Amino acid sequence: MTLSNMTETKLGRASDIPPGEGRVYQVEGEKIAVFRTRGNEVYAVQAECPHRQGPLADGLLGGSTLICPLHGWKFDLKTGAALFGDCGLKTFPVRVDAGEEIVLGRGE
Amino acid sequence: MEQANKKKLVVIGNGMAGARTVEEILARGGGQQFDITMFGEEPTGNYNRILLSGVLNGSYTEDEIFLNPLAWYEEHNIHLLAGKRASGLLRRAKLVYGEDGVPVPYDKLIIATGSRAFIPPMEGTTMVDGSMKPGVFVFRSLEDCRQIAEWAKGKHSAAVIGGGLLGLEAARGLQNFGLDVHVVHLAGHLMQQQLDAGAGAILRKSMEALGIKVHLQKNTTTILGPEHVLGLRFADGGTLECDMVIISAGIKANWEIAAGCGLTVERGIVVDDQMRCPDDPDIYSVGECAQHRGHMYGLVAPLWEQAKVLADHITGKNTQAAYHGSKVATKLKVMGVEVASMGIVEAQTPEDEVVQFSEPKRGTYKKLIIRDGRLVGGILLGDISKAAYLMQAFDRNTPLPEERLHLLFDIGDPPKQVTFAEMGANVQICNCNGVSKGAIVACVNAGKRNAKAVMDATRAGMGCGSCKSMVTEIVEWACGGETEEDPSVHYYVPGIPLSKPELIRAIQERKLRSVSAVFDLLAGGKEDAASKPGLASLLKTLWKGEYQDEKDARFINERVHANIQKDGTFSVVPQIPGGITSPAQLRRIAFVAEKYHVPMVKLTGGQRIDLLGIRKDDLPKVWHDLDMPSGYAYGKSYRTCKSCVGSDFCRFGLGDSIDLAMKIENEFQGFDSPHKLKLATAGCPRNCSEAMVKDVGAVAVEGGKWEIYIGGAAGSSVRKGDILCYAASHDEVLKYIGRFIQYYREHAKYLERTHGFVTRLGIDKIRAVVVDDSEGIAERLDREIAESKAAYKDPWKDTWLPENDKQFTSLLPILQ
Repeated sequence: MTLSNMTETKLGRASDIPPGEGRVYQVEGEKIAVFRTRGNEVYAVQAECPHRQGPLADGLLGGSTLICPLHGWKFDLKTGAALFGDCGLKTFPVRVDAGEEIVLGRGE
Repeated sequence: MEQANKKKLVVIGNGMAGARTVEEILARGGGQQFDITMFGEEPTGNYNRILLSGVLNGSYTEDEIFLNPLAWYEEHNIHLLAGKRASGLLRRAKLVYGEDGVPVPYDKLIIATGSRAFIPPMEGTTMVDGSMKPGVFVFRSLEDCRQIAEWAKGKHSAAVIGGGLLGLEAARGLQNFGLDVHVVHLAGHLMQQQLDAGAGAILRKSMEALGIKVHLQKNTTTILGPEHVLGLRFADGGTLECDMVIISAGIKANWEIAAGCGLTVERGIVVDDQMRCPDDPDIYSVGECAQHRGHMYGLVAPLWEQAKVLADHITGKNTQAAYHGSKVATKLKVMGVEVASMGIVEAQTPEDEVVQFSEPKRGTYKKLIIRDGRLVGGILLGDISKAAYLMQAFDRNTPLPEERLHLLFDIGDPPKQVTFAEMGANVQICNCNGVSKGAIVACVNAGKRNAKAVMDATRAGMGCGSCKSMVTEIVEWACGGETEEDPSVHYYVPGIPLSKPELIRAIQERKLRSVSAVFDLLAGGKEDAASKPGLASLLKTLWKGEYQDEKDARFINERVHANIQKDGTFSVVPQIPGGITSPAQLRRIAFVAEKYHVPMVKLTGGQRIDLLGIRKDDLPKVWHDLDMPSGYAYGKSYRTCKSCVGSDFCRFGLGDSIDLAMKIENEFQGFDSPHKLKLATAGCPRNCSEAMVKDVGAVAVEGGKWEIYIGGAAGSSVRKGDILCYAASHDEVLKYIGRFIQYYREHAKYLERTHGFVTRLGIDKIRAVVVDDSEGIAERLDREIAESKAAYKDPWKDTWLPENDKQFTSLLPILQ
């Protein structure tokens, strides 16, 4: 993916996501879970767990590690890598801009 | 050429020890370091000597017992001098001489000459030319087997001298030739190395039932017959007619070649902890011919250990490798009778504790010798189902459980049918996450050396948790006992390196009221997701109303006060104390179910009504319309208290269980705890509400009293609770239950149910603290309970609070 064919979407205020939690946004039909850590870092990944489609935004977050609420599958949100098993998560570039708004990047 | 640089390794002896040691050396890349030559007295490759009796009795063919056929030696470029005995050794020149006089040079030498049959002094054993009298045999090699089989044809009877393991196996083999078989034994009972007199007597009966005649305390002085065997004469003057004799009276190490070149020999060839001869750093010895720290071993397990150490050392793979001797434990089948034996067979000091069971009629005998709470000896005969566990406890010197009965029998637990070694790799161990024994073993082999690491990696044991102990056992087995302990198993939560009492002290001293404060001050700011809910639960227990709630520290159920379902919807269970509802309440529930199109309305096991499939966004509205308090059917907390119909209507009712259940609910509702708490009250001992298998149960008994049970379980584990005490009134029931719950909240590990907690601490300890106030904390426990109760707030009522803003929104809108 290159920057040229990446589209950016403003999702909303960073403060809409309570610290240490995640929320789901629907961007052009695709559900994306966005997390904000207590250290004010943001991560964006696919909304459903690859194991049994658990709602990842309802999971437990510690640093960049996320635990799915249904069966405890663990992922590193930075890379999307599964911390056990081998099915990882799709990640999206995301940042908080100067206006404290969450900006999500998506490829074509 | 590389070969020119290789050192010459010569192995004298091609039996189980010699060949196994070479295998271990090859496994450590020794094939690149050494040119290997092996002297083997027998003309074949290496075979499994333990199975010789099987060849004799026809259950194996000769081919079937080969461990290393001749092709194996070729494949590994080992120069096997088959059928050639090494006759001499010149250390100064570093040469081994074959009996043909041809020298073979060595740089490193391994002596693995094993042992031969010990032939006790008896007249008439040999002929005048020194050869064995026809009909007299030993039983050590395939060639012996062949000769015995040949001679036995057409004969009527055979005597085996020696009632040890090998002798009995030979006797069984001889029966297959249709012979009348006698076992003649010098000692007072059979197999005295492995058995005591009691077990020996039972084994004798089993042998005799199989048609073998056993003669004990018989000292054979003469083998009768001028040309060939005709019988035996004993020291007591008696005689026994027989056509052949097998001598199986023990073994004698083959140390002659070592003694002949000045190496130290006592009963065997003396070796140090690296299996090296102390006189010569280039010569090693291994197996039955070697004597280590005064001990000689005739079983394979010690030999395998010796071979590994020798190979580590000689290849330089690990020059620190050391053999410290073996604890001898053996499991075998003597003529179809299963025997396991370990360590000593008789108590040696008055303090040694002997636990024994004998059932001669069924051929069962069990005896354990325990010293300082550890197993130092054991005999199992007939039923060896507990052998795997006991042999492990013996080998590792692990403390034994107080309940000695369970050492001998499986009582109340499903019997373990197979040992882990026998268990198939595809047997599913974790039924929640579908993890097989093979996957666990593979994970251990990939480097995870403790149960927690394996559980994290495979998810075995991470579902309902009931298989955790088995997963732990398999990991220990797969590690060969060399597990590396993960220190975090002693922590309350994995992310904070403190035990629960230490953690509580740190939290109180530093006044840490929120989970993020705990991470900041006790973990250097490093958050651990898995530790958050446990910390939140503990902080709430300690600080009650002063606890600073942080939603992100809570599992989703406790964030939204409902139980998450497989599709991400939630279940809602309103409080129905004592299981008593009313038409008005039922109408309201029905109205809500219809209004929110609730897909399923279900009666729960906890005597309540469950509305399943509710969207997160609807939760606050559902609670508002229900206008009932939360039933906490989602939390690691007090859940509910079931009750039978009690004394109002039931003709058997002795106590008012409904009223008590309602009081309990009112007292403990919403209490955070290490795991869920499910309670019940029963109005009589018929126990219709199953109070005896609850975390806490109260059962009314005659005389106006209540029996209080704790630590029951009827989920993934099933356990009847222990009786804590009796109480004379509802108030007294509440007092003891409260103290127990608070003690559990303060001392249990996170996610430890009461049955695990009560088992771990023991009911006596808990009763001492809770009932007899042995630690002087009862008053404080009562006060903590009262404060927790006072701080209780119904979570379904505070949904309008600002901290709940967007808590129930499943999809945030995008700003454009």
